[in-house]
Amino acid sequence: MLKNVKRKLLSHKLIMISSLIIFFMTLLALFAPFLAPNDPNLVDITHKLQGSSSKFPLGTDHLGRCIWSRLIYGIRTSLGTAFLVMGLTMIISIPIGIYAGFRGGWVDYLFMRICDILMAFPSLLLSLALIGILGPGLGNLILAMVLVQWIFYARVIRGMVLSVKKQNFILAAEVCGTPTLVIVIKHILPTIISQVVVLAFMDIGGIILAISGLSFLGLGIQPPGAEWGMMINDSKPFFRTHPSLMLYPGMMILIVVIAFNLFGEALRDVLDLRKE
Amino acid sequence: MSWFIVKRVTSLLPILFGISLITFILLHLTPGDPAAAYLRASHIPPTDEAVATLRAELGLDKPLYIQYVNWLIKVVQLDLGISYVSKNSVWEEIMLHFFPTVQLAFASCIFIIVISLPIGMISAIYRGKWIDQFSRIIAFVSVSMPAFWLGFLLIYFLSVKLDLFPVLGRGTFAHLVLPSLTLAFPYIGTYMRLLRTSTLENLNEPFVVYARARGLRERRIVSRHVLKKSLLPVLTGLGMSLGNMLSGAVIVETVFAWPGMGSLFITSILNRDYPMIQGCLLFMGAIFVVCNLLVDLTYAFLDPRIRWEGGKK
Repeated sequence: MLKNVKRKLLSHKLIMISSLIIFFMTLLALFAPFLAPNDPNLVDITHKLQGSSSKFPLGTDHLGRCIWSRLIYGIRTSLGTAFLVMGLTMIISIPIGIYAGFRGGWVDYLFMRICDILMAFPSLLLSLALIGILGPGLGNLILAMVLVQWIFYARVIRGMVLSVKKQNFILAAEVCGTPTLVIVIKHILPTIISQVVVLAFMDIGGIILAISGLSFLGLGIQPPGAEWGMMINDSKPFFRTHPSLMLYPGMMILIVVIAFNLFGEALRDVLDLRKE
Repeated sequence: MSWFIVKRVTSLLPILFGISLITFILLHLTPGDPAAAYLRASHIPPTDEAVATLRAELGLDKPLYIQYVNWLIKVVQLDLGISYVSKNSVWEEIMLHFFPTVQLAFASCIFIIVISLPIGMISAIYRGKWIDQFSRIIAFVSVSMPAFWLGFLLIYFLSVKLDLFPVLGRGTFAHLVLPSLTLAFPYIGTYMRLLRTSTLENLNEPFVVYARARGLRERRIVSRHVLKKSLLPVLTGLGMSLGNMLSGAVIVETVFAWPGMGSLFITSILNRDYPMIQGCLLFMGAIFVVCNLLVDLTYAFLDPRIRWEGGKK
């Protein structure tokens, strides 16, 4: 089966293209200090708003900072933050989702009522309010996003567990007297994990968008850090005369998000999870 | 039907209660004392004495559940407190900013329907042809596009370069076009694909086969029979999206300097205007829930199967 999946993965054009983009971006992020020609945060007013030159490949912004270097360092912020948010969300939602689904009864009931309430808010709104109360900053942004998002994944995971729980191999394990923890770790987790991973990959694009949106609003990473959304926000007063200032970071967001969305969708097709 | 409405409306109450609880608790998570924050926002030095007086005045010295009940009683009377910054009533400020956002959201809905309906249906009928591929690409780009960037692109190309639309602010009808298009864009792709899928499903239904057997023209089958049924999931979706648009509006309104709920919310967040944050959150949460309720009711009204099942349970 694994061989089959591998063959499908390689033959899938979209996966090839999107994973190449993601791989390339990751390389850029990892080797940013070597690839960036200038210090991304070095302010030099004498060089402000320049066009592209050999020293500044894409020109400079209103504070004379190298745009290309800031774009490369921005990959670190965006991808790093997005994966951190997703990782933390999973750490919270997988155990809770499995517990609620497997335990059932009043735990499940309580969990579902919490879902009803938390999901009554549009998620971005609740994140915004949390950041508003905790104060702007990258750490609070991550916290706010995780605190709001976990419930969605936990609910989906609960649903998956519910459908797996009734299957014969779990019942068989229960009859044999296998301890509950072993059932969960050895039987339930491996069954649902591929679906969870696909789900996570399909949403990474959305998370990157949300992070850049919040940074654009000035609630995420604080100056002088480099982030694409914030770069677009910085370019606001100048974009009529220097549209490239806003064009490049937006392009980066678009490319990265499309790559992740394509990858997620193709992954779902390959693993054939559409029916679930 | 009336039984269904009663059931659905009463199921709203615990959720509204939950929303109020979350909003209340959120504000008590604030790092530091709300009374001190209030004094700082009013530029009064937060001495111990001043804080203590204000705490008693605001009722912050009472136990939390009494504070909640007192707050809830005020909320029911539409008293959401006074903004720390503008010193106006939060409720009045919200009412002032609510209509522009509603206007924006409805204009977006019109864009969504006008653009995604024809393309979605056509790409289902000509499945696999260039129009289908094209709509797939549009759908992908539309969900991956950062709204604020799209907003700036539209401003730059359509307002600055071509001078077709006003750049910022609210006023004439032309002011409405760019912000609502920006707000609608991510949904356009989604609904295009949704319509395509539901049309494809319905094209294989027995009633279509029957209509074909009756010798009806294909165009008539699609416009009279399939369209009606394919629109149902879109309708539900749109109602839910209407609630989500309120939060999407935060970014779009910031880009276009649109004086709506989103701008109000983000200004209050940046100013740490806690009563205003609380008021906005509570209000938008309630609107979101009510939107979902209205969708359910419309859905039940249009599709009798649902109210039957709802009645039986």
